[in-house]
Amino acid sequence: MHPLLRTVLQRLGLGLITLFVVSLIIFSAIEFLPGDFAKAILGQAATPETVEAFQKEIGLDKPPVERYLNWIGGILQGDFGSSFSSRVGFRRTVLDIIAPRLWNTLFLAGITALVAVPLALGLGLMAALYRNSFFDRAINAATLTTISFPEFFVAYILMLFLAVQLRWFPSLSNVSADMPFFERLERSALPVLTLTLVIVAHMMRMTRAAIIGLLASPYIEMARLKGVSPGQVILRHALPNAWAPIANVVAFNLAYLVVGAVVVEVVFVYPGIGQAMVDAVRSRDIPVVQACALIFAVTYILLNLLADIISIATNPRLLHPR
Amino acid sequence: MSVDQTAPRSAPRTVKARRTVMQNVWRTLRKAPLSAWFGMIVIAIYIFVAFFAPWIAPYGESEVVSQQPFEVWSWAHWLGTDQLGRDMFTRLLFGARNTLGIALATTLLAFAIGGGLGIIASIFRGWVDQLLSRAVDTLMAIPQLIFALILLSIFGSSVKNLIIIIAVLDSTRVFRLARSVAMNVVVMDYVEAAKLRGEGLVWILFKEVLPNIMPTMVAEFGLRFCFVFLTISSLSFLGLGIQPPTADWGSMVRENATLITYGDFTPLMPAGAIALLTVAVNFVVDWFLHKTSGLRDEK
Repeated sequence: MHPLLRTVLQRLGLGLITLFVVSLIIFSAIEFLPGDFAKAILGQAATPETVEAFQKEIGLDKPPVERYLNWIGGILQGDFGSSFSSRVGFRRTVLDIIAPRLWNTLFLAGITALVAVPLALGLGLMAALYRNSFFDRAINAATLTTISFPEFFVAYILMLFLAVQLRWFPSLSNVSADMPFFERLERSALPVLTLTLVIVAHMMRMTRAAIIGLLASPYIEMARLKGVSPGQVILRHALPNAWAPIANVVAFNLAYLVVGAVVVEVVFVYPGIGQAMVDAVRSRDIPVVQACALIFAVTYILLNLLADIISIATNPRLLHPR
Repeated sequence: MSVDQTAPRSAPRTVKARRTVMQNVWRTLRKAPLSAWFGMIVIAIYIFVAFFAPWIAPYGESEVVSQQPFEVWSWAHWLGTDQLGRDMFTRLLFGARNTLGIALATTLLAFAIGGGLGIIASIFRGWVDQLLSRAVDTLMAIPQLIFALILLSIFGSSVKNLIIIIAVLDSTRVFRLARSVAMNVVVMDYVEAAKLRGEGLVWILFKEVLPNIMPTMVAEFGLRFCFVFLTISSLSFLGLGIQPPTADWGSMVRENATLITYGDFTPLMPAGAIALLTVAVNFVVDWFLHKTSGLRDEK
């Protein structure tokens, strides 16, 4: 078998195992619930009968293995179970709660990625090219500061200046499904801007570090001694070998975007999945928490897997085996 | 005036020995760049405030001092009052104490768990190392904030739970670093010699390995502290971390956030306090890294 294919398949297998273990961990959340949990959900007025009915409803009378298989089987068919907020005669499925919000979050993350990735790569390349110049130092200081700020601080500063004082953007991003595209875009401008600032800082620093690490290698020195122009050195000689680290950087930051979205969505009251998760954690609606966590974790794992595969696939040593 | 100039022309070896610890510290500090000085001064102020908050603060931590919520800045209430009519300035000072204390406790716990296990993995190698490393890989496959949210939804949020959950999750990163650094140390001859002369695990851990990985771990401690501090503040901001009425910077931002829509930046003060501290710690760590190893600031 081609060594490249074998490595990729190995990595895929490892990814599947990770997914399985992570789903086990998330599922077992319900196992660790304290005994009086049903009472906490149903309220003080709960009789032993209703508690028992509730436990039966969420399947606590069946063995864990069977419940896990039911749960994961349902999810594979698009059924995430029902929320703890459903009452007798009124079933609220987890899917009803998270599906529209998942689409909103994907919209937010997608727009942010479209803006942030090219910007960060460009800035990172520039900073590496003009290393130790004023531009490099300025952008380095700016990104270091942004990284040190909590996300909600960046978000509120933007809200205070751009929404409240300058009135360029709406301060709350209450988008709805039937909104025309441009209005939706305008409403989500501030969350996108916040997330962009945060991840550009990370991504740009990592791109710069990856390129500078490469620039120290002997073959770059050789190219310079031959008299190749600095721009050519970066674009023709350094960049092809930097694809692997850059793919890692991008995937890492898109994964980070997924998590950063939680806080930013809460700040701007953006109806996304992160806010759904925070609300569910507050009301201890475990099925919703599990579903959200699973979606976040799967995205995170898949992105990292993708980055690994890209870095394997662009590795010249594996592409041209002897 | 340094000692070596006044000393008679004796053996040069004694010159260094005559410097006291304080003199050495001062010599190092004098060469520190401005950013590091700034960082250290800011950290010192925070520590001072954290220790002496009850004596500096004009009012009590959760004392309702005004019938009027969201009062504007005045001489009686320097930063106005919050949504329940409590003094903002007072709560900001007490927040230093609570937020810093909890973050510090969490980081220490994370280092105790992660550092200890990391060094042990590197000493034993074999299946112990494999087991611990794979467990850490799995834990790290789930984003930390998401994992923390799951655990908080199960166990509920209290300060004790918060410290344990974040410490355990954060110890994974400490484990990785400690393990990789310690791996280079345990192959050294002096560790081998200690093993051969029959020293126990505790001796090797604390007397042979730990002192040699100390500089890296100290720098990492600063960075981890920032990270833990930001995570806890984010959780508090989401209303899932430190619970009221305890004054805490994250929840203070959340409770008073409505003021921002009126163009008042008072709610940003606690957020700014968080940001200033992380910037300060980063500056000091940066300088420390440059000093102790040729390491660049890139991570």
